[in-house]
Amino acid sequence: MHSDSRSADPFGRDARLRLYKTAAALFALLGLTVAVYVLPVPAAWATPAGLLIAAAKAALVVAVFMELAGSSRLVRLAAATGALWLLILFALTLGDYLSRGALPAL
Amino acid sequence: MPELATTLPGRPAPPFDSVGQQASARRLGMWVFLASETLLFGAFFLAYTVYRRLYPEAWAAGAQHDSLAIGTALTGVLLLSSLTAALAVAASKARAWRAVTGLIAATVGLGVFFIGLKFYEYWLHWQDGFVPALHFTHADPHLDLFFVFYFLMTLLHALHMSIGIGLWTLLGVQAHRRRLRDEAAVETTGLYWHFVDLVWLFLYPLLYLVK
Repeated sequence: MHSDSRSADPFGRDARLRLYKTAAALFALLGLTVAVYVLPVPAAWATPAGLLIAAAKAALVVAVFMELAGSSRLVRLAAATGALWLLILFALTLGDYLSRGALPAL
Repeated sequence: MPELATTLPGRPAPPFDSVGQQASARRLGMWVFLASETLLFGAFFLAYTVYRRLYPEAWAAGAQHDSLAIGTALTGVLLLSSLTAALAVAASKARAWRAVTGLIAATVGLGVFFIGLKFYEYWLHWQDGFVPALHFTHADPHLDLFFVFYFLMTLLHALHMSIGIGLWTLLGVQAHRRRLRDEAAVETTGLYWHFVDLVWLFLYPLLYLVK
């Protein structure tokens, strides 16, 4: 089940349709980003909402365009490592800043 | 399909036993590289987060000087180029070289358009005196800092785009001549390109969508 895009004709109609649908979803999410920004939402929510939608777009790109969904466990582990280290980088640094009161509290 | 050329010798390079094994090693290697790239950009995102927390007003003021229309257009162009890149990778797996050539050309075209539009925006910032160190004509030092982040992050991203455009151009020429030495190179270049797209997906809300 993991290698649909590789076992069938990789450039067949189904494979291309899957990519087109993903791109359509990405553009819909881009439209949503702009809509949320121009609508009268509280200013504090503008960037968090944008980042949340960006994360959804990123998940689509990673899973479908970068084929992570159909990749081996080793490849998925390597990809997860990048995200994990980024999380550690943010957690330790912000933990330090916030616990020392060096930044305004969240 | 008659246009499918079998130009590949189908032999793996040492030390690999098969072309499949070589492709899988390439894929893993690229993902490990992208994990390190995540941390390179991550350091910028982290520093951005700290300073934005310190100077939220300057950040909001700075982002108001970025054009929402240009930022959105840049994002759209990159998303479209990710689609053409993904199609090029799919076509390379089917060895449809004519399609590969066309799709790579489209990807390169969209990439060049992105860089052009980005530099047009830089030029607008130059005119308004928002270029730190070189041409900054405003009093607020924190606004200066916002634009330091703006330029460092977008220039680092543009540098990655330029490398990607160079790699695609090389592969496009090889595919056009039906002399692609390794079809897996299209896939790994695709991975790199999508990653650069991912970075922009987060730069867009952080630099353009701040109130």
